[in-house]
Amino acid sequence: MSAALELVTRVRGVRGAMLVSADDGLVVAEQLMEGIKGGAVAALAASLAGRLRRAMEAGGVGASVFWHLQAEKGALLVVPGTTAGGILVVAVAEPDVNIGLVRLELLRAAEMVA
Amino acid sequence: MADDIRTLSAQLAQDPHSLVFLRLGEALRRKGQLDAALRVAINGLERHPHLADAHDLYARVLTDKHDYEKAFDEWDMAVRIAPNHTGALKGLAFLYFKVGDVAQAEAHLDLAQRIEPEDPSITQAIAMVRGGVAPPPPAPAAPAPQEPAPAAPAASQALDESRVCAGLEGANEGLLLIDAAGRVLGGALRNPAGADVTDTVAAYLAGVSQEAARTAKLLGLGAWSGLSAEGHHGNVHLAHPTPEALLLVVRDRGVPLGRLAILALRATAMARRWLERET
Repeated sequence: MSAALELVTRVRGVRGAMLVSADDGLVVAEQLMEGIKGGAVAALAASLAGRLRRAMEAGGVGASVFWHLQAEKGALLVVPGTTAGGILVVAVAEPDVNIGLVRLELLRAAEMVA
Repeated sequence: MADDIRTLSAQLAQDPHSLVFLRLGEALRRKGQLDAALRVAINGLERHPHLADAHDLYARVLTDKHDYEKAFDEWDMAVRIAPNHTGALKGLAFLYFKVGDVAQAEAHLDLAQRIEPEDPSITQAIAMVRGGVAPPPPAPAAPAPQEPAPAAPAASQALDESRVCAGLEGANEGLLLIDAAGRVLGGALRNPAGADVTDTVAAYLAGVSQEAARTAKLLGLGAWSGLSAEGHHGNVHLAHPTPEALLLVVRDRGVPLGRLAILALRATAMARRWLERET
């Protein structure tokens, strides 16, 4: 699991990565910079992921493959795992991070932990 | 045609805010029932004053009634709302030609052709103007098919102000505006089977704004500005036109997330103006 997280954290501008249980929002594994409250972020990311998944499925666009919360000073990027009720691969990044590259590494990490 | 008119009238009576008045007005106009078409167009305009298609319909009826001055004003308004409205551009070209201003007629048709280069009626109208023959008065596009609308509008559908306003007033533009409690403020969504899923999606999205804000705050990321998500069959973007409102923009997978974010940014500003006008 740490190898999967390293795929993500080695991208320049990524402040940390986590594997989160989609069902209960608990941290499964993490590599975070100091100061990031992993447990709380995991819980909120899982809750957001659940709401998004239900809304997207109801709207007919299917389950989410990748989502990205943009904010003034950075971003939260998430790839929900391929298995039902599985693992979310989460990255916290600086505002100027290469989003496309982080997305690719998150997808690769999700494949590794599936 | 009579059956169509009866069906469309019944649909409009059932939902007076629906955009079916556009088809009903046109059906009445084509049947020559101009006074009835005029009433439908005026009532529709009262409910949808910022909808370019409503001004276009009214202008077409006025043209049939030979009230060219008012028709000009309506087409002019339609173009102000939606500068790429080719129906209105063709209408203005027709009226310019009628008063002998061939240059303006040709300029408006040229602009329409740049917007819709594949439309043979525009090519034909340009040829007629150049040959000194009056172009035909603009006919609307073929009536919309009755089949269910797609869940996610296609890639080619850019969002100008008229589309956003129409979408927020209920047209199938892949837009949904809700408040923090999940109540619908505007817009409508359909799934691929054509079923209305507006309220369901709104309910699931309730609280997303607060959770996004809490997550961003917890991470020290400042205020959140948008949330893009890629689905198996389409992409979505969430933004907040006001602190209390959440706008969802849905597009098919042909619109990449980056482009969708730009589209949504524009739609958010338009939705903010729409909210200010409507509340």
